[in-house]
Amino acid sequence: MMPAPFDYKRASSAAEAIALVGQHGDDAKFLAGGHSLLPLMKLRLAQPAVLVDIARISDLSYIREEGDHIAIGALTRHHDVEHSALLKQHVPLLAHAASHVGDPQVRHRGTIGGSIAHSDSASDLPATTLALGATYVAQGPNGTREIAATDFYKGFLESALAPDEMLTEIRVPKMNGAGWSFQKFNRRAQDWAIVGVAAWRRGNEAGVGLVNMGSVPILATSVAAAIGDGASIADAAALAAAQAEPQSDNNASSEYREHLAKVLVRRALEQSTK
Amino acid sequence: MKVSMTVNGVARENDVEPRTLLVQYVREHLGLTGTNIGCDTSSCGACTIHVNGESVKSCTMLAVQADGANVTTIEGLAKGDTMHPMQESFMQNHGLQCGYCTPGMVMAAISLLDENPNPTEEDVRIGLEGNLCRCTGYHNIVKSVLAAAKK
Repeated sequence: MMPAPFDYKRASSAAEAIALVGQHGDDAKFLAGGHSLLPLMKLRLAQPAVLVDIARISDLSYIREEGDHIAIGALTRHHDVEHSALLKQHVPLLAHAASHVGDPQVRHRGTIGGSIAHSDSASDLPATTLALGATYVAQGPNGTREIAATDFYKGFLESALAPDEMLTEIRVPKMNGAGWSFQKFNRRAQDWAIVGVAAWRRGNEAGVGLVNMGSVPILATSVAAAIGDGASIADAAALAAAQAEPQSDNNASSEYREHLAKVLVRRALEQSTK
Repeated sequence: MKVSMTVNGVARENDVEPRTLLVQYVREHLGLTGTNIGCDTSSCGACTIHVNGESVKSCTMLAVQADGANVTTIEGLAKGDTMHPMQESFMQNHGLQCGYCTPGMVMAAISLLDENPNPTEEDVRIGLEGNLCRCTGYHNIVKSVLAAAKK
């Protein structure tokens, strides 16, 4: 399958990439690892006239400790997130979730920024960074701005990014020894989750993100509030679908997804409770 | 658009349309047809090759993205008549049935051992999750990779 024809530009800096996309408006797309965009282009579900390749902007691939959080360059590949000693130490939930993205070949090419900017509720990292209380940094023609993960996901494959804004950094708070769990329910290896859960807990504090439980990744705030109020894990998990509006598809009905979310949130909280 | 890359040790340069997939480039422009196209949707792994020493699905990468890279395909493994230890191991352990997935399996398996030279059986099964064998001949494929790790 061939993508529709397009012009290809290669940027060597974020500023150059933003200027290039700005010249072409809605017809242009950033290309990082390409593992979300190219499949859509091959199916002709996306037909950008211009691709701006940002994968060679080497100063956007890093994982750094910065006070109370870890800063991850948007072009850091899933493979490098998965194997980062810094993340394993301070944000083990994210390193572990990255090891569940696609398969090794996909993780060699796909990037954390690409996955988040694509804003697919069925992807693992949007919901995981949402659960962790991440902040995203976007750069546009007029400088940079911070966007809380809770304000980022606007609709199906739709984010708060303007067309000429580029996601440049993901800031994830250190977990400071919180218990955690990542649950991914799928039928075959390497499939997207039918339902996934990313959760952490420290005493009465908890964060729970849901994968594929609606048109956007879901923060299960009712579960966290119940844990905060001292509810049992079973009672808190029963509220797993309170914020969700899951869709029905070939893999699962919305009712089945709600059931799965409750079961997986219970398991995740049990595993997160030390 | 001009792309140049080193493929199996040979410098190559061609004019390609930007939308040319890397797998099309190696098969159709370079005539290296050992790399197969299976699902064409980055699920099956039949098109796995190495870009700068790491396994990738060449149906989900543009040739222009590999510009300047060092690429290895299944044809680049053997040295003359001497097979790569992984190829040898697949042969000795009957790690194939119809053979269609084999080039991708071998390339993925080499990348797996590069990253984890002493894998457990479970490591191998998880590490090959991106490669499907439609004959379901997984047991001997896993056996082949474990045997190659011991070499």
